[in-house]
Amino acid sequence: MTAHLSTMSSTQQTPWSAWFWRILMVLVSIGLIGTYYDILDYYEITIIALTAIGMGFLGQYWPGFRWHSLAVAALSLIAVSLYGQNLEAGESNFWLSYILASQSAFMWMSALFVMATVTYFAGNIFHSSFTEKVGTGLTWSAVTMGMIGLMVRWRESYLHGGDIGHIPVSNLYEVFILFSVVTALLYLFYERRYQTRSLGGFVLLVISAAVIFQLWYSLERNADEIQPLVPALQSYWMKIHVPANFIGYGSFSMAAMIGVAYVLVVWRKEVNPDSRWVKAMPELSLMDDLMYKTIALGFAFFTLATILGALWAAEAWGGYWSWDPKETWALIVWLNYAAWLHMRLTKGWNGKPMAWWAIVGLFVTLFAFLGVNMFLSGLHSYGTL
Amino acid sequence: MSQHQDSSVSHRSLAWRVFHFLGTMELAITLLITLAIASIIGTVLQQNQPYPDYLIKFGPYWFDVFEKLGLYDVYSAIWFLAILALLVISTSVCVIRHAPSMFKDIFNLRTNVQLKSLRSMHHRSEWEAPHTQTQTVEYLQSTLASNGYRTRITDKNGSTLVSAMRGGMNRLGYILTHVAIIVICVGGLFDSSLPLKLAEWQGRIHVETRNLPLPQIPKESRLPVGPQAFRGSVSIPEGRAASVAYLAMRDGYLVQNLPFTIEVKQFRIEHYPTGQPKSFESDLVIHDSDLKKPLEATIAVNHPLIYKGYAIYQASFGDGGSELTLKAWPLFSDKGEPVSLQTKVFETQQMLWGDKEMQLEITDFRPFNINPDPTEDNPQHVRNFGPSVGFKLRAPTGEALEYQNYMNPVERDGRYFYLSGVRSSPAEEFAYLYIPADDDDSLEGFYHFLKRLHDKTVVKQAAEEMKQATLASLQSTNDDALSQSLQKTLETLVEMFNRGGFGEVSDFIEKTLPESERDTLAPAYLAMLREMLGRIYFSGLDLQKNETVDQSQILFLQDSIDAIGSLPRYGSPVFLQLTDYHQIQSTGLQIAHAPGKSIVYLGCAFLIAGVFLLFYLPQRRFWAWVIEKDGKSQIYLAGMNNRNPREFDSYFEDIKAKLQSVSRNSDEA
Ligand code: HEM
Repeated sequence: MTAHLSTMSSTQQTPWSAWFWRILMVLVSIGLIGTYYDILDYYEITIIALTAIGMGFLGQYWPGFRWHSLAVAALSLIAVSLYGQNLEAGESNFWLSYILASQSAFMWMSALFVMATVTYFAGNIFHSSFTEKVGTGLTWSAVTMGMIGLMVRWRESYLHGGDIGHIPVSNLYEVFILFSVVTALLYLFYERRYQTRSLGGFVLLVISAAVIFQLWYSLERNADEIQPLVPALQSYWMKIHVPANFIGYGSFSMAAMIGVAYVLVVWRKEVNPDSRWVKAMPELSLMDDLMYKTIALGFAFFTLATILGALWAAEAWGGYWSWDPKETWALIVWLNYAAWLHMRLTKGWNGKPMAWWAIVGLFVTLFAFLGVNMFLSGLHSYGTL
Repeated sequence: MSQHQDSSVSHRSLAWRVFHFLGTMELAITLLITLAIASIIGTVLQQNQPYPDYLIKFGPYWFDVFEKLGLYDVYSAIWFLAILALLVISTSVCVIRHAPSMFKDIFNLRTNVQLKSLRSMHHRSEWEAPHTQTQTVEYLQSTLASNGYRTRITDKNGSTLVSAMRGGMNRLGYILTHVAIIVICVGGLFDSSLPLKLAEWQGRIHVETRNLPLPQIPKESRLPVGPQAFRGSVSIPEGRAASVAYLAMRDGYLVQNLPFTIEVKQFRIEHYPTGQPKSFESDLVIHDSDLKKPLEATIAVNHPLIYKGYAIYQASFGDGGSELTLKAWPLFSDKGEPVSLQTKVFETQQMLWGDKEMQLEITDFRPFNINPDPTEDNPQHVRNFGPSVGFKLRAPTGEALEYQNYMNPVERDGRYFYLSGVRSSPAEEFAYLYIPADDDDSLEGFYHFLKRLHDKTVVKQAAEEMKQATLASLQSTNDDALSQSLQKTLETLVEMFNRGGFGEVSDFIEKTLPESERDTLAPAYLAMLREMLGRIYFSGLDLQKNETVDQSQILFLQDSIDAIGSLPRYGSPVFLQLTDYHQIQSTGLQIAHAPGKSIVYLGCAFLIAGVFLLFYLPQRRFWAWVIEKDGKSQIYLAGMNNRNPREFDSYFEDIKAKLQSVSRNSDEA
C-alpha cells in the first residue's frame, strides 16, 4: 500500500507535514539507536530502522496515523515513567490504575470499540454523517488505547522480572488485542482512502466480537496474567512472525465483513431498489474492489508470515515444515485465498459469489486462528483455551 | 484459453490436449482447493501415533481401511503426493505457457499501437497545444520521464508516438510467484521421506518394530551416512555419547548412522520462580576424525548447532540413569531392620522382602516437583515438594503397582509426613499414603511403633495390663474364663488390625457377632482396639513416672494409626525411602539433515518478492500520439493499468493535467 501512496502523491506537491513526519521518524530512530547503542544487537537495530521506515511511509499522507503514533508514544512514555521501577504503582497511582495500566487501557479499548460499532451503525441507519464521524473518532481512540495498552504491558512484563519481560504477542490473550488493533487500523486506512464510513459498523462488528471474547477469556480464565515465555518462544522470530500473521488475519476478516455488507446490499437492492439505506452504502463496485484489495494485502502478509514461521520452525523444531496442525491450517487458509485470487483475476469472477467466498474464508481463517488451539493438539500449543 | 483456442482444441494432438488441460485455470483452482481439503485430514486425525492406539480407536475393520488409505501419515501418502505433483506440473505448464509473453511485457513499450485503438481506450483524452510537434513531444516525454516512466519515440508516418511504461516488473512478479511454487515443492521433495518410502517399497530397508538394543538392530534397518535427508532423534545421558539417530517410521523406527559422534557433557534446565521451565541447554562435544580437536558447543532451544550440514537441536530431556540410594523399611514384621540398597533409574532388581518376592523397577527420578499447593485454594500457588523417585513393584504373577515416593517430609496441617503415591495403572490418579515423620524428621518413630505392634510379647504384655485394669474396674478379678477370653480378644484385635486395618476388624464383627448385639458391641470392640494401640504406643515412649503425654504425641499416634490402617491397601511389603541420589540427566536431541533447505528458502524469497511485485507494483502505460497541424500540435493521450482500475481514474486525471499544462504553457515559463 505504501507504493501506491508514493506513486499517487508523486503527481502532487509533497506537503510539509509529510516532510516533518519523515524527518521525525529519522530523528527518533537515530536517537534511539544512538542512546541504546551499547545494548542493541544488529537484529534490534534493523527492527528499529524498519519500524521507522514503515511508520514513515504510513504516516506521511495519513494525518490520523501521525496523531495516533504521537499519542501512543506520549502516553506510553508517561505510563512508563509513572511506573518507574515499581509494579505496585499500577494499583496505587490514579492515572495508571484508571487509564494507562495495560489492563485499564484494554478495558477502555474494549468499551470504545463496542461504542464505535454501535455509533457507526447508528450513523448508517439514520443517515447521519456526523454520527459516522463520531464513529471514526471512537475507533481512533480505541486503537490508541489498545496500542498504549500493548506498549505498557511490554514494560510491565519487565517489571515482573527482567527474565520474564517480553513483547506482548506471546499468547492468545495478547494476540487478540493485537488482532483488534491491527484490524481497526487497516479499516481506518481504507476508510480514508475510499472516503466512505458506511462500512465501519460491519468491520467493527468482528472486532467487537474479538473484544468480547477477550473479555470473557480474561475474566473467566485469568488469561490476562503476564506469564514468562517457555523456551520455544524465546526467539526474535516471534516478534515478526506474529505481527505479520495478524496483518493477514485482520485483512481477511475485514474482507469478509465487506463481503457481508456486499451481500446485504445486493439483497436489499433486490427487495427495494430505492431503499435509502442502499443509496447510503458504497457502490457495489467499490466494495468489490476493496474486498480484492484487503485479500491481496492479507495474502501478501500471510505469505510472509508463513515463510517466517517456517524459518523459525527450522530453528526451533528441527525442520522448516512439520505438517503440524497450525502450520497445515495456515497452508489451508493460504491455498483458499490463492484460489480466490485466481478466480477473481483470471476468471474474472466478481460480485456476490466472491463475497460469499470471502465470508467462508473468515471461517477458515477463524479455525486456523482459534479452532486449532481449541480442538487440535500439536507443537503450537502455546495458547491453549 | 481464448475462444479461438478452445474451438481448435479438437484438431490438436492428444499430447497437446493434455498439456493444455494441465495449464488450465480450472484445473489449477480445483487443485488448490483439493489440496486444502485433503490437508485437513491430517490435522483432525493425529498423525504417526503408535498403531495399537489407532486400532483401539477405530476397531479392526476401519483401522485396516484407514491404513490402506494412508491416513496415519497422510502427508506422505501416495495420493496426497500425487495431488501435490499435479499442482507442480500444472504450475510448470502455466509458467512455460505464459512466461515468454510476460517476459516480453516487462520491456515492451508497445510502440506498434494504432491511433484508432488509442481512441477507443477507456482512459483517453485529446487536446491542442500551441507548439510544434518536436517541441510538444519533448515536453511530453520529459514530463513522463520525470514521473518515473520509461519512454520511447516512434515515427508514425509523420506523426509521433510517445510510448511510456512503468512497473514492468509486475510481470516478473507473476513469473517469480509461480516459479517459487515449483522450486519450493522440488526442494521439499529432497527433504521428504519419499526416498525412504521407495527404498522400503523395493525391500531395501526394513522398519524395525521391536525394542532392541542398538548392536542387535539388523542391518536392513540401518541407514548409512549419505546425502539423504532425514529427521531423527536420540536421547543421550550425561557423560555418554552416540553416533546414530532414530527415525520414527509409522509403528517402528530406522537407525541413521552419523558421520560423527556426539558426546553430552552436561544437560541443564533452569526454571522461573513460578516453576515453568526457562531454558534447556546441553553442552556437547563433537568427535570427528576430520576435526583437529573435538568441537565443543552448547545448544539450547532455538539455538541449534549446525555441523557439516547436520543440525542438532535441543528437543527434550529425561533421566539418564540417576544413581539412587533407597532404604527399605519393612512394614509387616517385627524382625529385621531397614536395609539400604543402591540402584539406578531404569534398573530392575529381584527382591525378597519377608516371604514376598518382588521385582523392583525404577522408572523415574525428579530432583524437584513443583506442584500446586494442596493446602491453598488458588491452583496457581505452587510449592516445591522436593525430589521424588518413581518405581514399580511387580509380583511374580506379573501384576505391578506403580509408586511415587517423595524424599523430604511434606507439611500438612502443621505436621510433617512422608508421602508415597500408589496406583495400579497410569490412567488413575495416585492415592497417597501419609506416614508421620517424628521429631527428628525421621521414619524411626513410626517404625518403632509399627514394630511393636507386630511384636507378640509387647502385644501380650499390653493386653495383660489392659485386662488387669478392665477387670479391676469391673471388680471381678477372679473370673478366670472372662480373663482368658478378654486377653485373647485383645491380642486378636491387634493381630487383625495389623493384617487388614480397621476394615478387617469390621468384617470380623459383621461375621461373628449376632446381629442383635452388633450395634452395642461393635463400638466396644473398636474402643478396645484403640486403647490397645494407645497402650502399645505409649509404653514404647519410655515416659517418666509422672510425665504426661502432650498433644503432639497424641496426634502422632493418630496419624500413625491412620497410616497403618491403610497399609494393607498400599500393597507393598516395605516402604522405600529415598535417602540419597546422584542425578544423571539425559538430553533429547533432534538431528536433521535437509539438503533441500536452501532450495526451499530460495523459493520462499522468490515467492515473497513475486507476491509483493504482483500486488504493489502496478504496470502502467501511457501513449501520446502527436500530430502537427498549422504549427500547432494535436495530442491524443491514452492510459492503461493492469490492476486497480478504480485508483487509475484519478491517477490518469493527474498525469493528464500535468501533460496538458506542460504542453500548453511551457514557452511562457
Ligand atoms: C500454489 C499455486 C499457485 C499460487 C500460490 C499462485 C499465486 C498467484 C498469485 C498470488 C497471483 C496474483 C493474483 C493477483 O494479482 O491478484 C497469481 C496470478 C496468476 N496465476 Fe497463479 N498461483 C498458483 C498456481 C497457478 C497455476 C497452476 C496457474 C496456471 C494455470 C496460475 C496462473 C496464474 C495466472 C494466469 C495469473 C495472473 C497473472 C496476471 O495476469 O497478473 N497460477 N497466482
